[in-house]
Amino acid sequence: MKTYDMAELAVRNLRESILRNSLTTVGISVGVASLVAMLSLGIGLQQLAGRRLQKSGLFDTVVVTSRRDLRSFNHDQEENGPAPAESPALNEPARQKIAQLPNVLEAYPDIRFITELRYEDKPYLTMMAGLPFSAKNNDAFDGMQGDFFSSETASEVILQKSFAEQLLGKTPKAGGEDVSVTELAKPLLGKQLTMRYAERTATPAPTPDAPDKDKKDKKDAQPANSAEINNPAGTAYSVISREETLKIVGVCDLDPDSMRGQARARIFLPLKLAQNLHVMQPSDLRDTTNMASGAAAYTTVEVHVKSPTQVQPVEDAIKKMGFNTFSIVDATRSLRQFFAVLDLFLGIFGSLALAVASIGIINTLVMAILERRREIGIMKAIGASDGDVKGLFFAEAGVMGVFGGVVGVALGWTIGRVINLGTNVYLKRQHFPPEQIWFVPWWLVVGAIAFAIVVSLLSGLYPASRAARLDPVQALRYE
Amino acid sequence: MPAGHHETSLKDSLAIRTENLCRHYSMGEALIRAVDGISVQVASGEFVALLGASGSGKSSLLNLIAGLDRPTFGTVVVQKSDLAKLSREELAKYRLHTVGMVFQSFNLIPSMTLLENVELPLRFAEVDRGKREGLAKQALDRVGLSARLRHRPTELSGGEQQRASLARALINQPRFLLADEPTGNLDSQTGTEIMNFIREFNEALGMTIIMVTHERTLAERYASRMIFLADGKLIGDQSNVVSATTGRGGGL
Repeated sequence: MKTYDMAELAVRNLRESILRNSLTTVGISVGVASLVAMLSLGIGLQQLAGRRLQKSGLFDTVVVTSRRDLRSFNHDQEENGPAPAESPALNEPARQKIAQLPNVLEAYPDIRFITELRYEDKPYLTMMAGLPFSAKNNDAFDGMQGDFFSSETASEVILQKSFAEQLLGKTPKAGGEDVSVTELAKPLLGKQLTMRYAERTATPAPTPDAPDKDKKDKKDAQPANSAEINNPAGTAYSVISREETLKIVGVCDLDPDSMRGQARARIFLPLKLAQNLHVMQPSDLRDTTNMASGAAAYTTVEVHVKSPTQVQPVEDAIKKMGFNTFSIVDATRSLRQFFAVLDLFLGIFGSLALAVASIGIINTLVMAILERRREIGIMKAIGASDGDVKGLFFAEAGVMGVFGGVVGVALGWTIGRVINLGTNVYLKRQHFPPEQIWFVPWWLVVGAIAFAIVVSLLSGLYPASRAARLDPVQALRYE
Repeated sequence: MPAGHHETSLKDSLAIRTENLCRHYSMGEALIRAVDGISVQVASGEFVALLGASGSGKSSLLNLIAGLDRPTFGTVVVQKSDLAKLSREELAKYRLHTVGMVFQSFNLIPSMTLLENVELPLRFAEVDRGKREGLAKQALDRVGLSARLRHRPTELSGGEQQRASLARALINQPRFLLADEPTGNLDSQTGTEIMNFIREFNEALGMTIIMVTHERTLAERYASRMIFLADGKLIGDQSNVVSATTGRGGGL
């Protein structure tokens, strides 16, 4: 019999005892639904956990430090690679070299410093960080009030919400209502802040008229040594106290912990501006190997990679250049492992219901064989082969699987939605923002339906071969 | 004996040959010899009636010829193929194309309309969808049921159901029609109607008919040969010359 005819006959046979077959199909649906609900919950939770990290682009970020700092990210890095003294300095040429690596979108230094800010004649001390212009497109700034920096060197700042609260003297009490960003932004936008900072400037060498061709290692350099005279930046730097007036252009509800690079900074200024100001950074004092230079080496360079999958090769390439690297991919490995196990267990529990449903299919079809013994006998008498009978029962199982799978996915999707809705109502009551804890990717839809069909066909295997083996003479005698 | 005469004159058109054909089965302790050493030859185009009391083995013999059952030993050769040696698959093909069956209890599938019932063997034969309905309608038309295509068997009289099952038996144009008490569930008038159709198939289409019956009068009226069975054994085999002319004239 042709497959299409088989399917057609199967559907009409199923319609003959519509109640029983519907109930069996509902059984499959419930099984599929529980599988879909469980897995979509697992996937949703995984995404929820990953979203925060992903939002700030951390999965495609590599943090680079110089080995000269003697502060590697792990023991392994400390032992392998070039000796710190022979490793390159993490300065502007190095940054440019990194930026030109394949798959690197951008590489920018991490500049942050503690500074005193005056707002309406009151001093505030806080951590300030340079923010690259590309952060404009970062999801983290989605809910920002006001505008992003007007240019790469504009004397403008964006405040973090908690700092804005501090400026306005509205520090929220524990358990009290949250003040909205909009409310905070209103009195602050356009206002001026005065930043007091220490500028690091190169001091001209004391004997500029005695040039020396000797280009010995910088470590030998001493302020009085004329060996460094060929360094146009000078042989020493001085620290000068300066003031800069900055305009508040934005207030954002950025979680201080969500962006690792700018962590704990509560006010941001354009990165280029920060670089131009040559602000003395806390690390400068530790940076003895570079102290002679006016152009300081960077403590940290952040590298953005095109996609998370490119992180590893880029990291390797940077390591080869002689720097230490760190990426969140390492840190999230165990997290991803946890979710893989969670998904597996949720999947197993979901599949249990489907296993029960498959017993339902076997039962229904075995019952159908008893009931339709005579019909099977007739079909064989008029020329149906074993394969035809087998195929027919097999097709019936398959059709139940298709319907059960489709209905089940729809049901599972609905259950997930309801759970999500309920959770969000609860979250709202607890004054948390709503979250998407449930997610059904397309592959789950396709996979669940396919799985339902496969399970149904497997369940149909035994009844179908039993029907095929039926002796037509006995089957016809049966009344 | 007339039997001997058959053997020589119709040797080239031999259709069915059984040799020491046996079908035994055990029921609990007892061994039932349903068919017990039957050797018989049927020529192409014959109308054979298998006669005997119930339990004489006539239906069992018919099932063996129909390829529904396999012999315990002995051979049954239909059109040069030994049914005992056919695979299950080949046997199904044989039932599909070589023989058509009608039963006492009609054996139409109750969930299907007449058209679908008659079409079913065409599905098994993998005939194209487009051709199937036309062929089935034609077959039903032949037995006078063109007005009942969309009815289910339970909505029809016994005679109509048996006519539909005749249409189904003929749909794949088999050489043999095997009928197991085809009039057993019918009153005499509808029974005659069915028998006239069967005779028509025999005479007009040249089909070989083997009909199981326990009514001797029916056999005498229609069959060209009567084979008598008792306890699984052949006890008589005679040709019936009269029937061929009088049966049709008698009409009833």
